[in-house]
Amino acid sequence: MAKLKVDGKEIEVPDHFTLLQACEEAGAEVPRFCFHERLSVAGNCRMCLVEVKGGPPKPAASCAMGVRDIRGGPNGELPEVYTNTPMVKKAREGVMEFLLINHPLDCPICDQGGECDLQDQAMAFGIDSSRYTEDKRAVEDKYIGPLVKTEMNRCIHCTRCVRFTTEVAGIAELGLIGRGEDAEITTYLEQAMTSELQGNVVDLCPVGALTSKPFAFTARPWELGKTESIDVMDALGSAIRVDTRGREVMRIMPRVNEQINEEWISDKSRFIWDGLKTQRLDRPYVRRDGRLQPASWADAFGAIKAAVSATTGDKIGAIAGDLASVEEMYALRELIRSLGSENLDCRQDGAALYPVLGRSTYLFNATIEGIEQADALLIVGANPRFEAAVLNARIRKRWRRGGFPIGVIGEGGELRYDYDYLGAGTDTLSDFVAGNGSFVEKLKAASRPLIIVGQGALTGVNGAEVLANAAKLAVDVGTITEGWNGFSVLHTAASRVGALDLGFVPGEGGKNAAAMVASMDVLFLLGADEVDFSAKGAKFTVYIGSHGDNGAMNADVILPAAAYTEKSGTWVNTEGRVQMGNRANFPPGDAREDWAIIRALSDTLGKRLPFDSLPALRKALYAAHPHFAEIDEIAAGNPEDVIALSKKAGKMSSSGFTPAVKDFYLTNPIARASKVMAECSALARNNFKAAAE
Amino acid sequence: MSVRRLAEDQFQPATFAFNAENAAWAEATIKKYPEGREQSAVIPLLMRAQEQDGWVTRAAIETIADMLGMAYIRVLEVATFYTQFQLKPVGTRAHVQVCGTTPCMLRGAEDLIRVCKSKIHPEPFHTNADGTLSWEEVECAGACVNAPMVTIFKDTYEDLTPTQLEHIIDRFEAGRGADIRPGPQNDRIYSAPQGGLTSLTEDTGKPPLQEALLGKWQSAPAAAVSVPPANAGKPDSSAVETNPALKTPADGETATSDGAPVKRARKSKSTEELPASSEAPVADKPKATRKKKSEDEQA
Repeated sequence: MAKLKVDGKEIEVPDHFTLLQACEEAGAEVPRFCFHERLSVAGNCRMCLVEVKGGPPKPAASCAMGVRDIRGGPNGELPEVYTNTPMVKKAREGVMEFLLINHPLDCPICDQGGECDLQDQAMAFGIDSSRYTEDKRAVEDKYIGPLVKTEMNRCIHCTRCVRFTTEVAGIAELGLIGRGEDAEITTYLEQAMTSELQGNVVDLCPVGALTSKPFAFTARPWELGKTESIDVMDALGSAIRVDTRGREVMRIMPRVNEQINEEWISDKSRFIWDGLKTQRLDRPYVRRDGRLQPASWADAFGAIKAAVSATTGDKIGAIAGDLASVEEMYALRELIRSLGSENLDCRQDGAALYPVLGRSTYLFNATIEGIEQADALLIVGANPRFEAAVLNARIRKRWRRGGFPIGVIGEGGELRYDYDYLGAGTDTLSDFVAGNGSFVEKLKAASRPLIIVGQGALTGVNGAEVLANAAKLAVDVGTITEGWNGFSVLHTAASRVGALDLGFVPGEGGKNAAAMVASMDVLFLLGADEVDFSAKGAKFTVYIGSHGDNGAMNADVILPAAAYTEKSGTWVNTEGRVQMGNRANFPPGDAREDWAIIRALSDTLGKRLPFDSLPALRKALYAAHPHFAEIDEIAAGNPEDVIALSKKAGKMSSSGFTPAVKDFYLTNPIARASKVMAECSALARNNFKAAAE
Repeated sequence: MSVRRLAEDQFQPATFAFNAENAAWAEATIKKYPEGREQSAVIPLLMRAQEQDGWVTRAAIETIADMLGMAYIRVLEVATFYTQFQLKPVGTRAHVQVCGTTPCMLRGAEDLIRVCKSKIHPEPFHTNADGTLSWEEVECAGACVNAPMVTIFKDTYEDLTPTQLEHIIDRFEAGRGADIRPGPQNDRIYSAPQGGLTSLTEDTGKPPLQEALLGKWQSAPAAAVSVPPANAGKPDSSAVETNPALKTPADGETATSDGAPVKRARKSKSTEELPASSEAPVADKPKATRKKKSEDEQA
């Protein structure tokens, strides 16, 4: 710890702190453009100048000077830093004046207006007029992809975007070319950026040089309603803020959550919002004469009642989709059980995950934050870059610190960090379980080894065996120790862990998703669009969901429901963290919240569910499953379950692991309805070689 | 200074490769740096590529990035940062760098620039009609005592008058730049006082330095350089009319269907089209590319 005085106030801070952090600690605000807590220090905007007593007689850039670099007085006086002296004021005014020399005065037409660091700091530290009469610099705008709009006249060369893409996203694609007044930010030959995290440069840019292309010129920040919620595009449950105007979602921004997403979100989470407005189901439909035709709620419910009463309980089933919240799955489970059926499934992809094996066999037990404590990593059948882009950034963050061997069994490909490619499938895994291979030694040598098992490894005929063998490997190499459980299942569906917690899986004699699609008389789909409908034999299908996608096309009755921004719901992320999302806007047309639809339907079917409101539903839910009440907490799984699972490891037949996410941009019905996502997907398929315009 | 961009596609050769000698040198240069720090060799390698080809081509940037395991944008950052790197084709026989910093300016650099404008091209960084000469104004080249001066390749020509510069430019254009003695173009020895020594004038029993030096120079054989005129600088616009892919009666070749300029594959590692030697690598390029394209279309 280092002691120093900031503006006469004595504080003690850790040795690695910079003067800027020490000043913040002491409560003194220091303006900055280039400094960012999660990026390397560049020290090139000079806005954070402070006066240092005993140092050189000039202002010092506080972001680039460590607290250990300044000396105290000769008689043991503490080193002193000032942030409010005339020298500091004059220095900052000078820096601000230089920055504004070439910055255009186009705030009225700038999308950053209202949330612009330069605007705010010019108010605080700038002067009211310009002494600059020469021509301003003009810079050509660059094409850097379909998501980030550039207005390069506004760039102040803080290089945050360059540092973010290089350090966090792991793409060395943005750069600062030229020098001095002619410096420009660009990608090499203006190619599109390839990262799944590139949208974050929009937030990082302190001025309006990089702004959101889909959001361009649509709204002002101060006219938007802001709702804090949870993202459902992947199983991480990143913290987001949904900005709405009226009934419309205008944009989605990240919130800080150190335990999950730090302050990044993936492009799919950020730019999905145009998909919330298209392909929406806004009224019930009933299939008549082979065509889906608009109907009233009563007609739709009547058709369902007729179908249900014509069959028996064992021929009724329900499949929960990837975006469903815990509440609606709970309601649906109660309804299906009351109809006398045990045919429930949430695993549309057929992943071999069974709640009976214990919670820790399907959780990311190491936790996302725990990745930073791990010291060796084996990825089995997962591609974190596409399945959980923000988690991949966390792996990269750990990898950059060094001493972190990474091995991959599965498809491999570019993951944004170096790794040993070990093999494609079960053969390699059984080799490892037998103790062969040098990477096993690395895992054994590590004190906190981490094994990530992806959904790609758990689907297919070998799924259950792969899970057991991965558990055996995990136990063998010592991933389960006191205070550390490195056996981690990476999910791709936001609803999956919550559904498994609920036991939304086939009960006694129940059928799984594939069997249900093939043989049910009445099949309920709760936003389930990823099921393979090619072998569909179900006689009567009810689709409850928000978008006209695969599920709706194959349905006989469509009940329009709310998308994730339009309902309050609980989602459990891949770590097992229970989080609650909030309603930001209202569903379109006649669409209703899912739980309410199921509740109303239960009344029609004569099996009235015992709750009339969401709080009442939650009360019943929490009574049955108390851990859902612990919002933002993880109810840790019992490591003994993994050990028990490992004992079941048997022989696997030879097969390769298939990627769980084939197209990052099109994994769910909302994304498939989004024009922006379609554009990104086309660009990615074309290997980012699209023409600039 | 102005915004520095890579040359237009029409000037860019399809590939770049160091010739045998430079490749060996490059390998040795990379080895100078510790393992994992090979990227430090980027500036020497770019400079060598420029010495070989006359300017830094996009292909050179990508080849060097691949050699050093760097991202292309990182090499581009370096190449655009340093104005010593010529990003556009320069004169094949001489690129005249006129110092325009204060001492030279006071001693007549503006007259030298006027000579360049009239003899080479009114604008800096443009080649003359034959593509053999170009000029630019640079900052201090470190010969202030002998101002004004110009730098051509690695030699400096100092104490210049406009007439002398005209003569020098003429000799270089004729491919006989080696005829000119580098250094002061008057009776000055290095940076000693003009008109002879004013101190340390005692007779040392050795021949005067000036005679020794000049005698040596004059006895050296002046080898003529044969550099063919280049086409590099000729098409000076990206206008449709100058698109090399267009079908013209002159060459009878087919254009691409959309009329787009013929572009090379971005990461082509083929070096077969490039002459191994440093002789006018630019001159042959457009034709070679065009030929390959038409073959592709026939196939």
